[in-house]
Amino acid sequence: MGVKGRTVDQNARAVSLAAVPGLLDKRMVFVTGKGGVGKTTAAAALGLMAARQGKRTIVCEVSQQERMSRAFRREGVGFEETELAPNLNAISIDPQRAQEEYLRLQIRSKALYSVLFSNRIFQYLAAATPGLREMVTMGKIWELAQLERRWVKAAPYDLVVVDAPATGHGLGMLRTPRTFRDIARAGPIRRQADQIHAFIVDPKQTGVVVVALPEEMPVNETLDFRRMLDEEMGMDLDAIVVNGLYPERFNGAEAERIADAQLAAVDGSADALRAALSEHHRARAQRVQLRRLRREAKGEVATLPFLFEPELDFDDFERLSRELEKKL
Amino acid sequence: MSAALDRILRGKEICVCAGAGGVGKTTTSAAIAMGMAARGKRCAVLTIDPAKRLANSLGLSELGNEATQVGAERFAAAGLEMKGELWAMMLDAKRTFDDLVEAYAPDTRSRDRILENRIYRELSNAVAGSQEYMAMEKLYELHAEGTYDLLVLDTPPTRNALDFLDAPERLSRFLDSRSLQFFLKPGRTGLKVFGRGTGLLFAALKRVTGVDLLQDLSEFFQAFGDLAEGFNERAVRVSKLLSDPRSTFVLVTSPQRDSIDEAVFFNRRLRERNMPFGGVVVNRMHTEAGSRSSNGALGDDLASVLDEALAQRVARNFEDYRALAERDHENVTRLAAELKGEPLIIVPYLDDDVHDVAGLAVMNEHLFA
Repeated sequence: MGVKGRTVDQNARAVSLAAVPGLLDKRMVFVTGKGGVGKTTAAAALGLMAARQGKRTIVCEVSQQERMSRAFRREGVGFEETELAPNLNAISIDPQRAQEEYLRLQIRSKALYSVLFSNRIFQYLAAATPGLREMVTMGKIWELAQLERRWVKAAPYDLVVVDAPATGHGLGMLRTPRTFRDIARAGPIRRQADQIHAFIVDPKQTGVVVVALPEEMPVNETLDFRRMLDEEMGMDLDAIVVNGLYPERFNGAEAERIADAQLAAVDGSADALRAALSEHHRARAQRVQLRRLRREAKGEVATLPFLFEPELDFDDFERLSRELEKKL
Repeated sequence: MSAALDRILRGKEICVCAGAGGVGKTTTSAAIAMGMAARGKRCAVLTIDPAKRLANSLGLSELGNEATQVGAERFAAAGLEMKGELWAMMLDAKRTFDDLVEAYAPDTRSRDRILENRIYRELSNAVAGSQEYMAMEKLYELHAEGTYDLLVLDTPPTRNALDFLDAPERLSRFLDSRSLQFFLKPGRTGLKVFGRGTGLLFAALKRVTGVDLLQDLSEFFQAFGDLAEGFNERAVRVSKLLSDPRSTFVLVTSPQRDSIDEAVFFNRRLRERNMPFGGVVVNRMHTEAGSRSSNGALGDDLASVLDEALAQRVARNFEDYRALAERDHENVTRLAAELKGEPLIIVPYLDDDVHDVAGLAVMNEHLFA
């Protein structure tokens, strides 16, 4: 989608594939989408893809659900930067820890820092301040994406992939630094919020990917998100990834033969015939939605196949990341 | 194991649909309200989800803070007999918050102090638990008005289902900020209370936030201090209504591992709190039957009605779906063990994606079986 900013005519805006290879050349890719569409799967696949291309990559979880760890069959990675595969790291951002880290860096004086941290009222104040969790989380993501890390020993990353909250909350998170910038008229928070906001809206540094399923409501939500991202942030999507696309296993003529066979079917085969027809039906319905998404997004949409696996494991993510590599 | 929703909802005036994001919560809420309306009730379904999912599924172009009735022609077109009425509305959390401030501010000065505070204006949606709490609050208000026989609440999409239950407590904690006022009023008695450390604390805070932000925050917390009492009393009443036998919680889940894990935790938590629990709805369950051992026989049976190549592909496809069905079955069995006989309603993975009145009607054949 390449071109960013409010100046672009929305109707004429096109997804330009040429810009997408640049996706992994950004500092941060923010992956969002409706709940349950496979954001973690897509974030993991993107992370693996970047890692394979030799980029030192970190996938950030922000919901503290340790989905990445589960996906990679690991113990919870927690707030430590942990290597999951060569070049691929993960972290689960705990706002409390991110806040402590921020304050330590900000205050520098050990005495002042311990005054703050041992103070119950300060803890209370921090917990009650609206939006602070989102702000420190975005701050930590930004910190991870800096080539000059704030911690002397911390190695820089080439790319940060954020497994972000669902569309509504995800947009709220992107907006948070700007809100803090506007509220804090002066002072360190304003300076930092301003810096982080500038980073988010800079298409050279930040990319946004929406994950969808080829179904009515996720497609609608994807298009709505794109509109709101433009209206509220003046930003555009960098890619749309459609997850869980069923294979077209039976063509129309075959489906007819299967339907005919249902009439003559022996007991044991009725369920199998019905399953085949359901597959045919769903695969077709998905393609109607996929076409609609492509038409309304006016451009290319990358698809990931539905994997008939009870639980996805490392090999499956590897496979999906190769699919993504072909299509992005 | 199966139970029908009309039994779960007998005598109920409030049905709260809870569950993680992406499990079909909005769709299920709409289906429940529609099903009860079809049976003659005056029902309203409430959502806080700004993604217009509910409006979408009921064929309405927009939903607002006022209830909209779904026209009878939509049900007729879907071949559904509608004996009652179905209403839908989208809650505006910010406006509900404003209304509460209005109602509980001791005077207009306190009220304006909050409504005009920049932190309140920009960030009141980010107050922990406020979205969830405002949904409960609106539910309470509508229930008190007594216009509907049944209110169905589609809970806001939270990180996890438990956040919803914790909302009143978190908001009360937030509002009970009187202790902060001492600290935040330099030059008043508060400073004496905290002694010498406070000066240092101020210095540290100023270094982090800057003076302006600290002043705004101070204003914000002070202003809310005036409201704490009224708010808290109200929160207690709202919580009481949700634990009342006229209310019930219906947990919505997908048959997948993560979502089932969450359903298990949620059920435990409801029980700990003695909240009225109606049952679980499992959406999109793969139900392909048959056992793996009958593979050879299946091949023969298929070969008798299809050519060999197609028969083989049909058999392989069935095998794939059966593996998913097996997984779903294992997960749901785990959940059922946890439920100890509480109602569990299975909605199979339907051929058609549910996103309109006709789809809801198909879903209801399972929900109200």
